[in-house]
Order: sequence, then structure tokens, then C-alpha cells
Amino acid sequence: MPLPVRHLLLAALGLAAVAGLLSVTGDLTALRIAAVGYTMLAVAGLQLLVGGSGQVSLGHGAFMMIGAYSMALLVLHQPTLPLAANLGVIVVVSVAAGVAVGAATARLHGPYLAGATLILAVGLPGLAHRFHAFLGGSNGLNIRTAGAPPFLDGLVTTSEWRALVVWTTVVLGLAVLATISAGRLGRRMRAIRDDETAAAMAGVPVGATKVVAFVIASAAGGLAGGLQAYVLGTVTPSSFTLVLSLTLLAALVLGGIGSLWGALWASMAIVYLDVWATDLARAANLGRNAENNLPVVFFGVVLILVLRFWPLGVHGALRSLGARLRAVRSDTSSRTPQ
Amino acid sequence: MREHGTRVLLAPALALVMLAAACSGAGEVGQGADVDLDVAPGVTDDAVVIGTHQPLTGPAAPGYLAVSQGAGAVFDYVNDQGGVNGRRIDYRVEDDGYDPSRTIDVTRQLVIEDEIFAMVGGLGTPTHGGVIDYLNDEGVPDVFPASGALAWNNTEEHPLTYGWQTDYTKEAKIQGEYITENFPGQDVGYLFQNDDVGEDSQAGLDQYLSDEVVAREHYESDIPDLGSQMAELENAGAEVVVCSCIPAFVALGMLEAARIGYEPQWVISSIGGDTATLQALLTEFTEDTDAEGVPADAFLEGAVVTSYMPRVEDEDDEWGRFFVDVYEEYGHGGPPTNTHMFGMTQAVMFAQVLMSAGEDLTRQSLVDALETQEWQGPGFTPFSSSEGDHGGHQGVYVVRFEAGGAIEMVQEARVTDREDGPVEEVDFERLSPQDLPFHD
Repeated sequence: MPLPVRHLLLAALGLAAVAGLLSVTGDLTALRIAAVGYTMLAVAGLQLLVGGSGQVSLGHGAFMMIGAYSMALLVLHQPTLPLAANLGVIVVVSVAAGVAVGAATARLHGPYLAGATLILAVGLPGLAHRFHAFLGGSNGLNIRTAGAPPFLDGLVTTSEWRALVVWTTVVLGLAVLATISAGRLGRRMRAIRDDETAAAMAGVPVGATKVVAFVIASAAGGLAGGLQAYVLGTVTPSSFTLVLSLTLLAALVLGGIGSLWGALWASMAIVYLDVWATDLARAANLGRNAENNLPVVFFGVVLILVLRFWPLGVHGALRSLGARLRAVRSDTSSRTPQ
Repeated sequence: MREHGTRVLLAPALALVMLAAACSGAGEVGQGADVDLDVAPGVTDDAVVIGTHQPLTGPAAPGYLAVSQGAGAVFDYVNDQGGVNGRRIDYRVEDDGYDPSRTIDVTRQLVIEDEIFAMVGGLGTPTHGGVIDYLNDEGVPDVFPASGALAWNNTEEHPLTYGWQTDYTKEAKIQGEYITENFPGQDVGYLFQNDDVGEDSQAGLDQYLSDEVVAREHYESDIPDLGSQMAELENAGAEVVVCSCIPAFVALGMLEAARIGYEPQWVISSIGGDTATLQALLTEFTEDTDAEGVPADAFLEGAVVTSYMPRVEDEDDEWGRFFVDVYEEYGHGGPPTNTHMFGMTQAVMFAQVLMSAGEDLTRQSLVDALETQEWQGPGFTPFSSSEGDHGGHQGVYVVRFEAGGAIEMVQEARVTDREDGPVEEVDFERLSPQDLPFHD
């Protein structure tokens, strides 16, 4: 089976799994499942950039912001445009932004690249204040999007519909990312990540490949932001701070930097660790200060523990566990008399 | 593998449905079906569950934590008196950290998991603005959001949302009129937060002061520096500074003015006029500076503040004293501030309308009670929650801060509208805490 077809089939399976999950859970979980979806797409884009091409970006949240504001502006000013078209426009806008930033930063390495993208994460939210009338300042923009189509009335709720729309886009995006990663471009990126000089000697166009990786990551981030705006119906600059960019990167390391599966664990950690930590603090009846800081501490401790014991993140841990199980099974089966 | 097979079929089917749906406009929202209000989720024979979203943690928490503490104290008091129509009020406070995306999450949690009867006093313009559609679509009464945005009073789009705070434009109009009457001919500078607070306030101030205004300076709520703004105001020769700001920026502005030797007449909106909070902030901000040891009251003396609620400093006011007593018994320690008063006034007014809704409590009966309620306090101004006007408090009174922490009422409550109607004096009779029915 050719690779793209296999990835599409996997995507369909993933979507079916999400649909199954949605059918047994309620509206609140639907919202969180949607959140896991768009966060996963953002992290997967970052995964391709960091794990694939070895470039570190601290400004991924800025691209989510670009996508989110594009979605809000499109819905506000062009309400008749279908959602799919909006998502297409968002990809185009984020690709343009990615080309602009990527071209400027392709010559930078390591900490310099991180610094340059950091500026983006710090500076971009300021635009919302600067163009107050157009972008709504610190109150942001509120949008209303169409819910479940009428012929599905009673079958799926609006929240479940939104989660399905998000996941459809996400699995398609992931299929594209997986195909790229497994193809020639992915191999070139990994060659550059491992040794830039050697890659150049072998004829890999280093600069262009790095820019392309950056652009793909931007598109994934922008699309994720657009989906977030679609689900939440509100965009504010305070949702796209530097903390978001750093959280995405930290979660990626936690989930496992080498694989797209890592993005799944990472996004689940981002959405659920916070909820769990807050519940935990409340159940333990800790003081306000503890409740205030516990989610951050919890995330930090989990990150440190995972990296201490499984340097390849959650996905690395699961893989080594799987390998050990297989070894045990083949061990026992080889011992069983035939 | 059979199960896998059906799943594989399910997915393309889903994709087809999505494709079909993807052809209609994303922003085209049909008129939602009428919500059913003849229901009473969260209501039992002996309790009613209500919820709110508040910043209990994060950067906004120090300023606004007191709101839900105050409201909680009043509800505890009400429950100790036997509740309302035999029902205890179960007040669930969820923390959104003033982050709109978390507000959406916790609001769903309240509506879906806690099954709240009504949302009471959801705090913040950007935060509450993100859930107002959801609450109205789900048929959850959205009573008294804690913000002065004009958006809450839109009965066409959001029939279940009832504003509470005097909106920024009304307040600014009364401030403008007060300044023309009491500081005639003086040059005026505006200092405002660069969001709807500033926008709506200027719309009101300009109706009276468009000839006097010499400077318009704004700040961003995430950049705690007013150096250039205060210098600009001084350069422009503003003798009166109208501050449409939150407390932290009132305090910063006063300190910065003192640093450059600039002494304007301050006129402060109710959102920034909590003097107890200002005193604490001024003391905190002067630590380790040249101004350390200068009493906070020295900065505040002579400042003019507009408000519509009872105030802790007001020892002649029955409601003010009542709230201080209630907080002493049911609060979280420490003396209450005017921010506590905010939550406490809201809580009394909600309990009052719950009382009016009667024993057969449904969302419809709550809405009916809101629309027909004759409000007589604890606020100082008439209050609108009638059909077609969910504007909340209709005006403000004006007090001046005197040396030694006392306040003096310099203008009784006046009311106005948010368009270009006149500012009018009102004759408003308030009932005392003993006479106002808000618990059994």
C-alpha cells in the first residue's frame, strides 16, 4: 500500500475512534477532546520542525495567534464563506507568515533562531493592542459560528459537531505531516538535523529545506489556531502569550520528540494535566496559593520525572515497554514445544 | 477485525457529511430554536445551585478575588437565616484565571456537570464575552455579569443576560457633567484603559468635555508603566485628570504624578475607586522608593470618586454597616473592601429576586421576577432589569476622599442613559437591610 493511502486510512481510523469516544461522552468532554485535537496539530507541526529539522522555535504560539485571528476576522467580515474555505485561507496566510519569518531566520542556528522566534511570541500579541479598532485590543474578538447542520439535529450536539470538524481537519493535517516526514523531504530534514555540513556535502539544499520545514510548521500552527477560534468562539491576545509557546515546546519534549504519537501525549498533557492538578488541589483542600501554583509545579515535576527515566518522552517509554513485551512473548513462544 | 471494518466505513461516511456541511457559510448562524425556560435544573426542595466564573488565581486575582468572597459571605448569611423560600443557596465558584479560554471550559463545567440554575456575576469583559452566547443558547439565566461593558444590555441578542454595573458611558456622562459644574473652565485630560472601558468612557465624557479636553492618554493593562502618559498630561496642562482605570493604574498614576511634581484633580471611575485597595497598592508601590513612608492617604486626598454601591467607609449608611458586620462573621478574615461590597451587593440583589420568584422556582419564574422587580437598594440608584432594558444601575453618585480616610458625599445619585439623554437628579428610596426581603 502506498504511504499516503496508508496514512489516510490511519487518519480515518483515528477519526472513527474519536467519533466513537464522542458518542459515549458528554458535551464538556467534547470540548476537551476538540482542545486535544487542535493542540495536537500545533504540537505535531512543532515536532516536524524541532524533531525533524532540528530547529528550535519559541514562537509557535504566534502562528496559532495568526490562525485564530484570521478565522475570527473571516467569520466577522465574510460570514458567507464556508468553513473549509476559511481553513484554506488560514493555511495560505500562515504559509505566507512562515515564509516571511523562515526566510529571515534560516541563516540562524540554535540559540539565535530561538531568540528570533522568541521576539515573535513576545511581540505579536502587541499588534492586537496597536490595531485596537480592527483586532479588538485586550478584549479580543468574539465570533459565532454555525453549529451542527440541521439534518443532524438530535444526532450530534453542536459541541460534538465542532469536535468532529476539528478532528477531521486534524487527522488530515497529521496524514500530510506523516507523509512528508516519511518522504524525501523528511529524510533531508533529518540529514540536516544530524549534521548540516554533511547534508550540504551530500547535495541537500540546506537553507531551502529549513525554510520549508519552518513553513510547514507555521501552517500547522496557524491551522490549529484557526480551529481553536472556531471551537471557542473567542480570540484574545492573552491566550497567545509566550507561555503558550513554551508550553507547546515543553509538552512536545514530554510527549516524545521523535514521533507524531508524541504529539498526542503532549496535547493530552496540556489539556488534562491542568484540569487534574486543579481538581487534586481542591480535593486536598490546599490553600489558594497552592491551588494557584500546583498546575505549573505538577507539569514541571511530571516533565522532569519522564525525562529522567524515559529521555525519549512518553512515547519512548511506551515503545520500550512494547518492545520488552514482545521480547517476553517471543521468549515464551520459542520455549513452548511445537 | 469485523469491528474495524465498520469503523473504516463509518469514517468516509462522516467525511461525506462534513463535506456537505462544509458548503454553508461558517459565520451564518440561523435563529436558534427558542429555549425552554420552564425548567429548573439545580433546584431541589431545599437547595438551589448557582455558579459563577471568577479569577481566583493568576494576575487578576489580587484585584478581584474579593468579589466572590463577598458574595459567598452574603449567601452564607442568607443560608443561616433559613435560605430563600426554604432553599439554601449553593454558590459554586469556578476559577478561570481571567483567561477567556478557561472561562469557556469552566462555564460548560458549571452548566453541564454542576447543572447550575443560573450564572450569577460572571466576572470580566473578555472572559464573560466569550460565554454569553453559550449561556443564552442553553437557556441559562445570565444574571448580573461583573463588568460595565455596554454589551450586556442587548435584549434582542441576549434576552437572558441582565447587566448590573452602571455602564461606562453612563458613568462618564455624569462625571463629565460634574466636572463642567464644579471645575468650570479647567483643562481636562483623560487617562484610560485601552479597551472598551476607555472607548465607552470617552463616548460619555466627550458629550460634556469636548472643548475642555487637552490630552487623551491610554495604557495597556499588561504594561505597568505610566511614565510617559503622566508626563504628557502635565505637558498638555491638564488640571483635571479623569482616570477610567483599574485600581493598580490609579495608584501608578498617582505615584508617577507625585514623582514629577504634578498635582491634578483626580476623578476616578467606580472600577478604580476602591479606596481600601488603593491604599494597599500605594503602600506596596512606595516600598523601597523615595516615597517610602509617605502615607497612602496623602496621595488620595481630594480625589473624586464615582460609585453606585454602598461603601465600607460610609459609616452613616445602614447597608455599609450591615455588610461590614456580615463580612466580619462570614468572611475570610480581614476588613472588607469596596470590592467585597461589590460582590455582597450583587448577592443581596440576586437573593432578593430569587425571593420574588416564589416557591415554584423555574428559570421562567426567575426571569419574570427580574423583569417585574421593583428595586429598592442596596445600590444608590434606580436599577433596570425590565423587558427591553437590562442596563442595571442607571447612574452614579460622587464622593470626595478626605484626609484621614473619610469620604464626603459631594453629589447625590444622578441617572442618565447611554445615548445623549440628559443627566437627571432622582428621588430614590432605599430600604434598610431589615426591611428589604432577601431571605426567609
